Amino acid sequence: MDIESRRKERLDRGIKVRSDGIYSVMSWRELSYLTLPRLVLILGMLVLPFVVPSVYWQRVICIVCIYALLALSFDLLAHFVGLVCLGGAFFIGVGGYIAAILNTSFGLPPFMTIPIATILGGVICTVLLLPCLPLRGVYFAIVSLMYPLILARVIEALDILGGTDGIIGVDGFSSGWVEQYFLILMVLLFLFAIRRLVNEDIGLVFRAVKDNDQAVRASGMNITFYKAQAVFIASAMGCLGGACLTHIYMWAGISLFALDFSIIPIAATVIGGAGTLIGPVLGCFILVPVSELLREFGTLRIVFYSLILMAFIVFRSEGIMVYGTRKYEQFERWVKV
Amino acid sequence: MEILIYGIINSISLALLALGFALVYGISRVPNFAHGALYVVTGFITWSLLNTLGLNYPLSIVIAIIIIGVVGALFYQFILIRVRGMAISEIVASYAFGLAILEGLRWGGFKGLTYTLPVFIKGSINIGDIPVDYHRILVVVIGAAVVTGLWAFTHFTRVGLALRGMAQDERAALMLGIDSDRMALVAMGLGSMLAGLAGIVLLPLGNIVVEAGYNVLILAIAVCIVGGLGSWVGAVLAAFLIGFAQILTVVYWGAHFQMVVALLAIILTLIFRPSGLFGQQKELEERV
Repeated sequence: MDIESRRKERLDRGIKVRSDGIYSVMSWRELSYLTLPRLVLILGMLVLPFVVPSVYWQRVICIVCIYALLALSFDLLAHFVGLVCLGGAFFIGVGGYIAAILNTSFGLPPFMTIPIATILGGVICTVLLLPCLPLRGVYFAIVSLMYPLILARVIEALDILGGTDGIIGVDGFSSGWVEQYFLILMVLLFLFAIRRLVNEDIGLVFRAVKDNDQAVRASGMNITFYKAQAVFIASAMGCLGGACLTHIYMWAGISLFALDFSIIPIAATVIGGAGTLIGPVLGCFILVPVSELLREFGTLRIVFYSLILMAFIVFRSEGIMVYGTRKYEQFERWVKV
Repeated sequence: MEILIYGIINSISLALLALGFALVYGISRVPNFAHGALYVVTGFITWSLLNTLGLNYPLSIVIAIIIIGVVGALFYQFILIRVRGMAISEIVASYAFGLAILEGLRWGGFKGLTYTLPVFIKGSINIGDIPVDYHRILVVVIGAAVVTGLWAFTHFTRVGLALRGMAQDERAALMLGIDSDRMALVAMGLGSMLAGLAGIVLLPLGNIVVEAGYNVLILAIAVCIVGGLGSWVGAVLAAFLIGFAQILTVVYWGAHFQMVVALLAIILTLIFRPSGLFGQQKELEERV
């Protein structure tokens, strides 16, 4: 009557445990264990514009970075504040249009329009989303999905802001290198800034809002105020991406509100690993180039894309980054029970 | 008079579009974002059966509806069942499924003006002094029949009662021996068939285009949210509300605003009364 059964046991690697405390700075090995993943990421991103084969792929890097900003903002909102925002396109559109208007109507150069669009866009998005912030779960998801659609339709129907033609004649960046390095540095900056932010006091409140908002409210904190702060940060990132996109394409139009900007960041977050912040960025660096490679298949690539997304969310919902972290920090073995 | 007649027709069409979505959400709490895709793909299946295989019209309609019901049920059984209860995964998975269908159709070359389904009965009639074609009248008749049929089904058959029980309280239904996964499967199949039926009834009024899938999804969501997610009576009433609102805006402002009305309806309803005008208020579940 003995049934042999096994289970998988996971234990932290020794080096992981040793490098947990401050004394890890005493040893090169442990120091490099800690810094290597970060260095690989930072150096990898900085070197990237030199190793890609053509100007076309350098443009792709910019697009990847814009999607990465969006994915970061989605991850921050969804997995640290509990607001599932399906309206990435809304941020892109608002930021893009602000930058285009400032540039064409007021003649401001890109290095002025981008910061203004970031801050102003963040404020506008936050104010517009403010009435919806008390909503939870699927209700907020649906309402945020509708925002970019309605803005696009309103622009089309009222024929304002250039109507269906969009705003043309926006200045470009001075060179391809500037746009790439500006975006890469922005992604790195926001990535590490937000990683830091979610571990500060305010990050604790954010996570508490996600886990149990009634408890936060009972502690005498205004939930909507904290949610608004998070939305401001996230939408400012999205607007930054949108403003850069406008200057890269030298054009702002209704396609800034396209569903791509809402869907691809979510797909990247699912594939990269939800709630890790770094995962969504990696997901973008995998997904967007793959979809560029598949461009010759036309709309079939969207089919592939959706099927991969569906498979990931159903069968492998933890994502690459969570898997990778586990392998890096722990080892597994079978033990008899 | 014109507003009244076309308002009624538009409202019934909206009700047809939304019933499938409302049914699935009401019973299994799965927001089926593939609804619009199922609507469009039924049109193409019918068209293929009709023109490629040369079957006659009623037969191809029946086959297409059965196919789409099976597709919906299989999609539930193999994909959705694994993420059930995780609202966001449900949305993403079903939306990805719908996207795959729609873009697959576009890739397969199903675009352009050649794809039209014939109307059921040709000709038109004058009501007062407004011409209305027979097909639109038929839409109203079929819509009313579907609503009544669904009401009768959920009130007088065992399966229907089980479905309604699940919609009201899933745990209590489980305790009474109702297999919740099986019922959700039935609901998904039924909901897909309703989406398909709506497609077949409404698509002959124009061309079959892939883009319709996205619009239909928005309209269905609008109707369901205004009526209250999960409330079938609310969905029908909301269909009339939005239907007339759309016709009025088209008459007084222009056709561009038709979609804006639906989207505004969604946003305003969610802000002021997330459970919809006719839904049960569950204040704590939806907002803080």
